[in-house]
Amino acid sequence: MNDRSRALTALANKRWQISLWLTAAMVVIYFGFILLIAYNKPLLGVLVVPGLSLGILLGALVIVAAWVLVYLYVRWANNYYDKKLSELREGDR
Amino acid sequence: MNTTLGQFNPLAIFFFIVFITISLGITYWAARKTKSTAHFYAAGGNISGFQNGLALAGDYMSAASFLGIAGLVALNGFDGLIYSIGFLVGWPVVMFLIAEPLRNLGRYTFTDVVAYRLRQKPVRIASAIGTLAVVSFYLIAQMVGAGNLIRLLFGIDYNLAVIIVGGVMLAYVIFGGMIATTWVQIIKAVLLLGGTILLALMVLAQFGFNPLVLFQAAADKYGGAVLAPGKQVTDPLDAISLGLSLMLGTAGLPHILMRFYTVPNAKAARISVMYATLFIGFFYLLTFILGFGAMVLVGQDPISKIDKGGNMAAPMLAEVLGGNAFLGFIAAVSFATILAVVAGLTLSGAAALSHDLWVNVVRHGQTNETEEFRVARAATLLLGVLAIVLGIVFQGQNVAYMVGLAFAIAASANFPALLLSMLWRRFTTIGAVSSMVMGTISSLVLIYLSPTIQVTILHQASAPFPLKNPGLISIPLAFLVGIVVSLLTHEEAAMEKFSEVEHRIHTGEVM
Repeated sequence: MNDRSRALTALANKRWQISLWLTAAMVVIYFGFILLIAYNKPLLGVLVVPGLSLGILLGALVIVAAWVLVYLYVRWANNYYDKKLSELREGDR
Repeated sequence: MNTTLGQFNPLAIFFFIVFITISLGITYWAARKTKSTAHFYAAGGNISGFQNGLALAGDYMSAASFLGIAGLVALNGFDGLIYSIGFLVGWPVVMFLIAEPLRNLGRYTFTDVVAYRLRQKPVRIASAIGTLAVVSFYLIAQMVGAGNLIRLLFGIDYNLAVIIVGGVMLAYVIFGGMIATTWVQIIKAVLLLGGTILLALMVLAQFGFNPLVLFQAAADKYGGAVLAPGKQVTDPLDAISLGLSLMLGTAGLPHILMRFYTVPNAKAARISVMYATLFIGFFYLLTFILGFGAMVLVGQDPISKIDKGGNMAAPMLAEVLGGNAFLGFIAAVSFATILAVVAGLTLSGAAALSHDLWVNVVRHGQTNETEEFRVARAATLLLGVLAIVLGIVFQGQNVAYMVGLAFAIAASANFPALLLSMLWRRFTTIGAVSSMVMGTISSLVLIYLSPTIQVTILHQASAPFPLKNPGLISIPLAFLVGIVVSLLTHEEAAMEKFSEVEHRIHTGEVM
């Protein structure tokens, strides 16, 4: 195995690692919400302010969390992953 | 309130004809560009990330989302939002695990990826079966929705409505292929987002542009319970099962996965998922407003009187706020929604039949472009006719629920094999085939044994399987079978080729 393919494998492992962590974060957030719906309905009915129940607030926050996680990944991939990858390609020539 | 729903509506027909004319014009333009199978299946790989993001959103925001969720929220309050949120959380998973590797490794169907280092024939047969199962269930939901919608909005016969939808869709796909389908999706996504925003703004204008005042008005009118989880979620395990299917199903839907081949590279695939997630999330946030808006401004009784499932809540809301013209516009948008989703589904089913089964299994990859093209178009015709027949046979089924089942099959049949083939060196052909077959069969059998089929349709006293959605059992089972069978077998060639797969997944270049 030469240096380039070793560096590539390391980069690939890093990408999968980040992907799996972010996936895990989404799973935990979403299933936290689902488990509350399944096992603690009264809590979600509590009003935070008039008109806004905790359930609706958390539901909207799950959508916002999905946006944030996707944004984090795209930022990492655009700024770090693509750069490293093109560096590895440059080094080839 | 007085509604013109269910009567002949000239304005709705006018908007409908305008949309059909414009989109058929696009199909004519696309038909002249569609010269090869690469154009037919993947629009020649020339769609930009932003365009594909819109098209993905268009493919995803089906009638079940727009009409079904607005209706569910209007009739049940908070419980409808569970669907909204569940439909979105699959997108980050698609982004993190699937989009870029899929673009880098495949050509036309996600099966290209699973079959890449495994034996082609068995994998392609198994995955075509899974794909066709998903596509059929999804098609039933869309066609039944279309038939009811057109019947109510235009006042024409249900069967005739289904035949019209099927016919126009066939014209798009057969002549325009993926280019026409993509542009129809983009136009539809813009129309749907625009219409939803407009409708939401008109609702909010009644409540001082404060959503909380709207929610409070709903609670005042129907009791505080509408803001909390209620009677739709009786069995906790059922809620978890549905959640699991919705989350992982997105990453197994063949017509969504196929969209990643329309962009030139992995970066464009990444950008397209980013935009799709943004648009879809925004759209689902707006369904909160539409649903509660319809609950307060239209009222639950009139909504359920027109349609028991509540599917007409959004069009009725449009009529209350903007009169007949706005109803006509929203009606045409809803119709465009169904048409575009059906076209995308049919195209992915046709790709499974022609590219996976005919070219790679029957012809062992030895065929020419003209022949594959002809088979692809014939497969499209076959599926279009099947869609029309299914739409007529399954009249009266619950649309949002059927889509939930399609997601469960996709999450069980396709997602485990796809993920394992990209992540795991020890994965073998037999492992992949058993995972896909097990996922498909177990989800179908469990659906058959569920209370919906046994109690509601077959009128049995009880059902052998207690859950309405099979995902909680069938998804882990598909993973487990894939892993255990792979560990029991050994495939030297597949392991050797894994480094090549890894290299291509991450760089997109051939080693």
